[in-house]
Parts: sequence; structure tokens; C-alpha cells
Amino acid sequence: MSKKLILLEHGSGGRASRSLIEELVLPAFSNPYLLPLGDGAILDPMSGRIAISTDSFVVDPIFFPGGDIGSLAVNGTVNDVAMCGATPTFLSAGLILEEGLPVDDLKKILSSMNKAAKRAGVLIVSGDTKVVPKGKADKIFINTTGIGIVPSGVDMGHHAICQGDAILLSGFMGDHGLAVMMLREGFEIASPLKSDTAPLHKLVQDCMAACRVHSLRDPTRGGGVGGALWEIARACGLGMVIQETSLPIRPQVESACDLFGLDPLFVANEGCFLAFVAKEDAKAAIRALKRNPLGRNAAIIGRVTQGNPGQVLMETRAGGTRVVTLPAGEFLPRIC
Amino acid sequence: MTINTAPYTDARIAARLADKIRRAVDAPVRLMEVCGTHTAAILRHGIVSLLPTEVRLISGPGCPVCVTSQGDLDSFIGLCADPKILSAVFGDMVRVPGSRTSLEAARANGADVRVVYSPLEAVHLAQRNPSKEVVFFGVGFETTAPAVAGAVLAARSRNLKNFSVYCSLKRISPALDVLFSESRNAVSGLLCPGHVSVVTGLDVYKPIALKYGLPCVVAGFMPVDILQGILMLLVQLREGRPRVENAYGRAVARKGNVLARQAMESVFDTCDARWRGLGLVPGSGLCFKKEISLFDALVRFGLCPKDGPEPRGCCCAGVLKGLVMPPQCPLYKKRCTPQHPVGPCMVSGEGACAAHYKYS
Repeated sequence: MSKKLILLEHGSGGRASRSLIEELVLPAFSNPYLLPLGDGAILDPMSGRIAISTDSFVVDPIFFPGGDIGSLAVNGTVNDVAMCGATPTFLSAGLILEEGLPVDDLKKILSSMNKAAKRAGVLIVSGDTKVVPKGKADKIFINTTGIGIVPSGVDMGHHAICQGDAILLSGFMGDHGLAVMMLREGFEIASPLKSDTAPLHKLVQDCMAACRVHSLRDPTRGGGVGGALWEIARACGLGMVIQETSLPIRPQVESACDLFGLDPLFVANEGCFLAFVAKEDAKAAIRALKRNPLGRNAAIIGRVTQGNPGQVLMETRAGGTRVVTLPAGEFLPRIC
Repeated sequence: MTINTAPYTDARIAARLADKIRRAVDAPVRLMEVCGTHTAAILRHGIVSLLPTEVRLISGPGCPVCVTSQGDLDSFIGLCADPKILSAVFGDMVRVPGSRTSLEAARANGADVRVVYSPLEAVHLAQRNPSKEVVFFGVGFETTAPAVAGAVLAARSRNLKNFSVYCSLKRISPALDVLFSESRNAVSGLLCPGHVSVVTGLDVYKPIALKYGLPCVVAGFMPVDILQGILMLLVQLREGRPRVENAYGRAVARKGNVLARQAMESVFDTCDARWRGLGLVPGSGLCFKKEISLFDALVRFGLCPKDGPEPRGCCCAGVLKGLVMPPQCPLYKKRCTPQHPVGPCMVSGEGACAAHYKYS
């Protein structure tokens, strides 16, 4: 490819498209499923229940401390499959490129996707690329779909959550949302933040090996930890109580949230998950999480109760109690 | 300079203050927290659950988004529809419903509406977009006014020809005078706004304390700050000596921020202003001096805001005066929710109705 910018012809299906696929995409994702460049990939037979998840990524800016839209697109879908209790194996990737996107930026993003896929142990086996006229998209949007097999005997979901269950959070909250927001708004602080985007399926497996896990959820955009708990409480009809003093949060995230009037409970995360386990299994689960570098800040943050059905209460730092409700409006737009 | 804020969120200190509050009160008492940030902080930290039932906290008119007149909002939204205009607003204003539409809806229809955290960002937008007319919606009280003044002075020093401010800034103390001259609302004490007081100092509350015999305490926003402020109000009531006290000494100086006020005085005159819920409040507005008219969006675009009727059933006026608690509004949680707000008190992060909905 001699051109420095992505042009409309790169999405038209002609020679320029072929050149983009052969010179940029294939070298980035080289594997035997993708190589034939067929309309789809034929996978080997799998036995067991298949979990499938899809997500689209429109984060702005596309490069940020800790990652970029490419690594986010891989990790995000890997994690959604992992939240089903499955081991993610294959991904597809659809790219929508804005005319004028620098080719170097695309190269960096594809390389980042490849690195993230290797780290997660998944293969990107099918894909698509479209180019839209300038102004009809913002730089690059990526959709990824992922599949994985759910081991037999695993039965997770909000239906399995029981009164008395412990609520665990596997790592610090608020890193991703704040990191992206600070960069976008051009703010700097003494201890820079970076996104916590990471593949969590091995951490999930460590947790599942330690005890029976009733439910998992990754608290990404759409309300972060607070929003996820609110939705789960309404879905399972049980109440929850969390302790503000137990929430794992970096001091600089807490201060930055205070400065901008944000509630860290509702800021997006990309490198942690919520787990619901029986009360008696909580300590074993925390020990297993902490043995993994991605889980070293794991904490028990609350419990499931029978009182206040469908509601999430928080015991505040000051010793009071308040209700945790999903806020309306856009929290932080284009965060993931 | 580092300030250790841990003591201000300490549960043991909070519990001791709560205990003193319980022993200081022997009859029902209504205290007004003037400032919307206090309303949100009180609910966010679960302060109400720490207080005895005799102490009732009611919200006042200190939510700048909530008290922005419908005429001003409609005027600004109308201006944004012009494709040459790039409007810069604080995030809270985006979803407030005007009489016909909102900035959020205008943005979805193609208006260039940008959320900023500081008025100076709007100046930067003007520099980066020379072909657009950048208009900043200046909504706020004395906390925000110095920053708006600073932005206008920066625009003037950079000789910007495409920047103006729609000034809807207000002064809190004249509104308190109107509020209590109408009726006392059976309010026994005022928790005064911490950040406004950083700029104004304490003396602005003296006329209120003297004229209406109201204990006034300036308080910060952390749980221990708020509880300390409440305790000091109750002690004043018990002593029968209403006065102005400062419980936020780490941020508020008696004389306030003189430099900030000087910046304001170089740019603004005081004028009458229309407050949603309170109507016309004499001397409560800030408007640009004649020599600043180049940056006055009202002059630049020949705008003449007119207030329309409030939505039927909306109790924001009563809520802002402390006469109605949000759950008492017939629309609360029924027709009026954060997803579909009818009035501004449900939209703003500092609105009493939004805070009640979110935290209780």
C-alpha cells in the first residue's frame, strides 16, 4: 500500500481493498482460518454449549494510555464471553473506517488487536472492512463477535444468585472511564491514569476453580459497578448492600471523580468483573483472584439481602445509608 | 499544599457529631440547605439516615441550572439552531427541557452543542474554530462568575471576534431575601453554600441573619462538614443568638476571595434577574458592563428572552422555595423521571428531585 491515508477505494472491493487486506490485515492476523479469505471461516466441530457475544467499539480518542480501540475491541468481547463462564476461542472483527484515516493509525490498531488476541489466546478468524466518506464515521469503529464453550455443569446467571451471596469485585474501579475522559478533556494529574483493559477469562477460570460462581458481570459503560448491580438486583428480585469503604479504587481516580463531580460507582471499567458466590466461598474466591496479577486488588464489596428487593443500598463512608440508582443521561460518552 | 480530607469522611467522627445533634434537638426543626451541591452531598453520603427524625432538611434555590429562567433557556436553544453557532455549555444544561425542546434534542437535530468543564474551554473552542460563532451559556452563582469573568477577559486580551457569553449568572443572597420576605417556610436555620462563600465571604449572609433572625452557618460538602454545620445551627437556635458562622474555615475566609470579586466587578454590573420558581428578584443578576458588550451574546444577537408558562403540574417552583418536598409533587416518579424530566429540578445533578430520585 503506497497511500498514506485510507480512501474510499479501500472499501470498494477492488484492487485497493485487496491490497489493504493482503498488506495490512492478513499480516496482522495471520492464521489458517482467515488465510483463505473466504466469505466466512469454517471452524472445527465443538462439543458443548456455545456462548456468543458481540460488541461495537466507538471510543474516542482511539489511542489512550493503557490501550487503544483495537485492544479494547478484542478484550471487551473476550470478557463478555468469559462472563458467560466460557473460554473464548474465536473472534470476528468488522471495521468501519472513515475516509482519511491515516494508514499508520490503522496499522497500529491492527497490530494492537493481534497482540491482544495472542495475549488472550484467541484467533480472529473472519472479518470485514468498509470505508465511509469523511464525516460519516469518526476515524474508526470496530465490531467484534466472539464465541467460546461453556464447560458442562456450569450454570451461571442472575437466576442462580441467592440471598446471602457475597459480591466480589476483581479489581480497581473507574480506571478506564477516567483515563479516557482525562485524555479527551486534556486534563493532566500528577499520577497519570491508564485504562485497565485486559482479558479476564483466565482470572474468571481461577475464580471458578476455587468455588461455584453464581453469576458474573463486567461493569463496563452503561453505569459501571453501580449500574451493573442495579440491573442485576432488578433482574433477580433480590436486594443488595455494598460498603463504600470496601470498594477498591485508586486514590487518584477518587480525587479526579471528586474534582469533576463524577460518582466512581458509575464510571466504566474494562479490566474487572463482579462475581456473586456463596458467602462461605467468598474468602477462597478472593484468595484465588489475588494470586493472579489481574486480581491482586480484588475485594468483597457487599452481600445479597432479602430486604430491599430489587434495590441496591450503600453503607456510606460516613456511616449513613443511601440508595444506588442508575443515573439518567450520558455518563461519559464514547468511552468504549 | 496537601489537605488531608480523611477526617471529613470518618465514620467515627460522623457518629459523634450525629450523637451531639441528637442531644441538641428537643423539638422538630426545619433547616434549609441553600445549595444544590449540599442537597446532592447530603443524599449521597446518607446524612439523613444519621439524623434524628426531628431534624428535617429541605432544599433551597441554590441549584443554578434549576433556577435558570425558561426564557433564557429557550432563547439559548433557539440561538444554537443556527449552523454558524457553536454553543458551549456545562453538562447539566444539556437535558433541561425548555418550553419546546432541549439542548440534547437540538444536538441530535444537528446543532453544534459541546459540553465544557470550564468557561476557558469555550475560549479555546473559539480560537480553534474561527469560522464559527462560539457562545458560552454562563449559568451559575458567585462560584462560577469569576471564571466566566476570567474567560471574557482572556477572550478580550486575545482579541477574539467570535466569542460571546449568554450571561445568566445570579447572586444567591438577594434570592434568600425574597424567599424569606415572602414567608418563613417555618425554616429555622440556613446551611449556607460553601463554594459561593469562598468567593463572597461571610458578610453577605449578615443581613439575612439579622433581618429574619435566622442562624446561618457556612459549611463544606463532606459528611463531617455537613454534620458540623447542622450542629452549629442547632446550638445557635438553643442559644437564641442567630448569627453567621463559618464551619468551612479550610476553604472560606471571612472576606472571601477579593481578587475573584475584583475580576467580577471589572466585567459585571448587578441587575434584576428572573429566577425559575421565584420570578423577578431585584439585584440578583450579573450582566455585562457596557464596555464588555462585544462579548454579550444578548446584545450581539439581539436576543429578548421571554418566559412562558411552567409545565402543568410541575412543582419546581415550590421545591426551589422549600415549600414542597420532591415526593409531594404529583408528577414525581410518575410523569417526571430522570429519563423523561418535566422540570429542571429533575435534570440537574444538583436538583432536589434528581437527588431524591437517585439516592433515596
